[in-house]
Amino acid sequence: MKATFRIWRQDTPNGQGGFKDYEVDGLNADMSFLEALDHLNEILVLRNEKVVAFEYDCREGICGQCGVYINGRAHGPHENITTCQLHMRSFEDGATIVIEPWRADAFPIIKDLIVDRSAFDRIIEQGGYISAKTGTAPEANAIPIGKEISDRAMDAAACIGCGACVATCKNASAALFTSAKINHLNSLPQGQPEAHKRVLEMTAQMEKEGFGHCTFTGACEVECPEGISIVNIAEMNARYLKAKLFS
Amino acid sequence: MRLDAKIPEGKLEEKWRNYQIKSKLINPANKKKLNVIVVGSGLSGAGAAATLAELGYDVQCFCYQDSARRAHSVAAQGGINAAKNYQHDGDSVWRMFHDTLKGGDFRSREANTYRLAELSAPLIDHFTQQGVPFAREYGGVLVNRSFGGVQVQRTFYARGQTGQQLLLAAYSQLYKMIRAKKVTMLPRTEMLDLVVVDGKAKGIIARDLVSGEIKRYAADAVVLATGGYSRVFRLSTLAIGCNGSAIWKAHKKGALFAAPSFTQIHPTALPQSSEAQSKLTLMSESLRNDGRIWVPTAKGDSRKAEDIPEEERDYYLERRYPSFGNLAPRDIASRAAKERIDAGHGVGRLKNAVYLDFKHSIERLGLETIKDRYGNLFKMYRKITGVDAYKEPMQISPAAHFSMGGLWVDYELMTTIPGLYAIGECNFSDHGANRLGANSLLQASVDGYFILPNTINNYLASEIKQASVSADHPAFAEAEKDVKEHIARILSIEGSKTVDHFHRELGKVMWQECAMSRSKVGLEKAIHQLNEIKEDFWQTVKVTGHDQELNTELEKALRLADFIELGLLMCTDALQREESCGAHFREEYQTEDGEAVRVDDNYAYVSAWEYTDSGFQLHKEKLEFEFVKPTVRSYK
Ligand SMILES: Cc1cc2nc3c(=O)[nH]c(=O)nc-3n(C[C@H](O)[C@H](O)[C@H](O)COP(=O)(O)OP(=O)(O)OC[C@H]3O[C@@H](n4cnc5c(N)ncnc54)[C@H](O)[C@@H]3O)c2cc1C
Ligand code: FES
Repeated sequence: MKATFRIWRQDTPNGQGGFKDYEVDGLNADMSFLEALDHLNEILVLRNEKVVAFEYDCREGICGQCGVYINGRAHGPHENITTCQLHMRSFEDGATIVIEPWRADAFPIIKDLIVDRSAFDRIIEQGGYISAKTGTAPEANAIPIGKEISDRAMDAAACIGCGACVATCKNASAALFTSAKINHLNSLPQGQPEAHKRVLEMTAQMEKEGFGHCTFTGACEVECPEGISIVNIAEMNARYLKAKLFS
Repeated sequence: MRLDAKIPEGKLEEKWRNYQIKSKLINPANKKKLNVIVVGSGLSGAGAAATLAELGYDVQCFCYQDSARRAHSVAAQGGINAAKNYQHDGDSVWRMFHDTLKGGDFRSREANTYRLAELSAPLIDHFTQQGVPFAREYGGVLVNRSFGGVQVQRTFYARGQTGQQLLLAAYSQLYKMIRAKKVTMLPRTEMLDLVVVDGKAKGIIARDLVSGEIKRYAADAVVLATGGYSRVFRLSTLAIGCNGSAIWKAHKKGALFAAPSFTQIHPTALPQSSEAQSKLTLMSESLRNDGRIWVPTAKGDSRKAEDIPEEERDYYLERRYPSFGNLAPRDIASRAAKERIDAGHGVGRLKNAVYLDFKHSIERLGLETIKDRYGNLFKMYRKITGVDAYKEPMQISPAAHFSMGGLWVDYELMTTIPGLYAIGECNFSDHGANRLGANSLLQASVDGYFILPNTINNYLASEIKQASVSADHPAFAEAEKDVKEHIARILSIEGSKTVDHFHRELGKVMWQECAMSRSKVGLEKAIHQLNEIKEDFWQTVKVTGHDQELNTELEKALRLADFIELGLLMCTDALQREESCGAHFREEYQTEDGEAVRVDDNYAYVSAWEYTDSGFQLHKEKLEFEFVKPTVRSYK
């Protein structure tokens, strides 16, 4: 199988970037998309060129480290998967595949396809936790939590922090990411004591990082590998209002 | 060298308490003056860093990923064990201890294993408090399921994402302490060497993976929490960046390496489908609760699964191990699969897989129940293979998965270098020759949250009396120089082969000779081949780009250079152990029906290797079994 990879190359954060074409032969349909890029990189090394810098770690859709724009879509042509879960069988033989990094002001490019998503960590830093010290926990079954509540918390908690929601949003909003963490913790009894503070501080940080506002286009939930629903954003907004009123 | 495990006095159930009573304390004002480096942000590293910071220490925490949240603990699907006895099925700390010791084929310490079981229940309390959405019953209490090698239900889980949920809890606690300015997080920073001053660990040399700069970091103690090294096989269930470099560098600086060859091959991963493959995806062992494993009775049967009638299916685990059946421990299930595949009964395009079939449990429990239990695993299976496993059986195959071996540590989790600790998967402590499913998230977590924060003070209490070593010390300058030279050497080779080429070669040798089945002849051959690979690497590898930039090829090359050497030690260790125990199966030591033959008289010890100029030197820590008499491990 053959393909032409049209890849964004940018050597440094502030450098001038641009697309470059690479015709690659020797691919096969069972290869994952990232394995096809590995293959290209081996060819580049043997041609004495610098490899394409791209990110990954687990290669099974759970760590959230991979993620590029493929033919104009975050994580490629399918809904609800990560880039590492994409296979070459999804492309036609001989296709031209355009590959770019996530584009958002809050995610500056580091090199080629690699961006800096540390803004997400800083949002978590502002309350995406429960302030209880190791060693202070009561017996686990002491607080019963209904299955529906627990399942709902789990649905939100499933976010892998890949950033596809931001990349795909025309406003580059981080509302899906932020709401997922807030709703995970705020829907559980353990998260109640800090519930209001959490919403206010995490959303404040989100703005500070330069993410845009959510205008409910729903684009994010389509690309979210975990299928996290935009209902989360509405829920976060309701929690925000309540927090404003009561704190 | 005498290896002192520092096991506390007393009855098993009193040892940990006795230890804590005698352990030296440090007052809060003094803790502030102490600085600890934690390399790794997985469950063990993040748990330790956050807890040490809560206690008052200043912590610097490192990881190679872009965020602490991506450590490979995130990938664990199945669950975490705890002796809560919520199911009222006769579980207890003692039973869990016994299962773990037996599961490890009596090649771990009783005291460590007991402590692991003892601290399991409070750990579930801890994670629940941190907001981990563990699976629950309608009535609101926590649910359990079974994992391989046990007959009770003690596994807690959060859908198919237990590791992710536990890690996110640890990561958020870490960020809580970052906000409190007690932890400095250094993501995208890879440890390349350990700095030892007057025989004590005092810091590390690390590379900023974005700028390429080599930097020095000093501390009063160093904790390694760098995870498993099964990427030495190349194809494994680990993340691509998982490496053995940090512990290997520590080993070369004097830390003994224990049982390096004890590697777990997981029975239920997706089979390899091409040469270009970079990783094998795990299908959680929990699937074996309701899935039945089989192959066609006839060799080379190429009919579709659905066309093979019941009486022509060989449910070989149920046949060979009637009392544990599909839940036989991993080493046994993997070997049994290999045996069937080698005998010509493999299924799938490359005939390298076996079936894992849910037909019967869907009939028995209904589709909804199966969906609720394993929905996202089935979804994942479909994403990767394009196959709907509710309709036809999954195809699975064994894959390298977990390193029981690692840096030798004593009861305090300290290595043989004072001030250097190893926690989580990178140490050798509790699992012996085979780890039970769902015991590893547990071990990583209790090491980080509960044990290390209670033992490190025993060392630091005496360090507080001395002035801290600064990064200007000549030992730092020397280590930094060595690292820079090592990098320059790799870049200057400018050969003709890629790093991946060498990794594939290494992986093939290791998988062939040092995985599920090992022999003297094979291991000797492997050692010879690895030496050749090593020589070839240092003459013909090619890495483009330079060192003062983000350079993923250089990162890979540095990790691989260490993997090749580690592979040599693994083969040396496997060759030395002339018995079969747990995951270590030496073909020369088996019964007529293919079961492992342990040789307690000669091998009831932990092998601990020292790195010397003249080669690897073996030391032995004799294992004393005071409370449980080692028996022949039978799951029949
Ligand atoms: C696919 C899969 C499924 C699993 N499922 C289960 C399960 O269901 N139940 C169970 O109990 N166990 C399971 N395990 C095992 C378990 O997940 C791991 O053993 C455990 O999470 C390891 O945690 P850790 O903290 O030791 O290491 P990790 O989580 O691997 O973390 C290692 C950390 O070290 C850092 N690091 C590594 N090298 C360097 C370096 N040189 N410099 C700087 N930083 C470095 C990394 O960045 C990372 O932060 C599974 C393992 C895998 C691979
Ligand atoms: S590499 Fe981990 S999600 Fe893709």
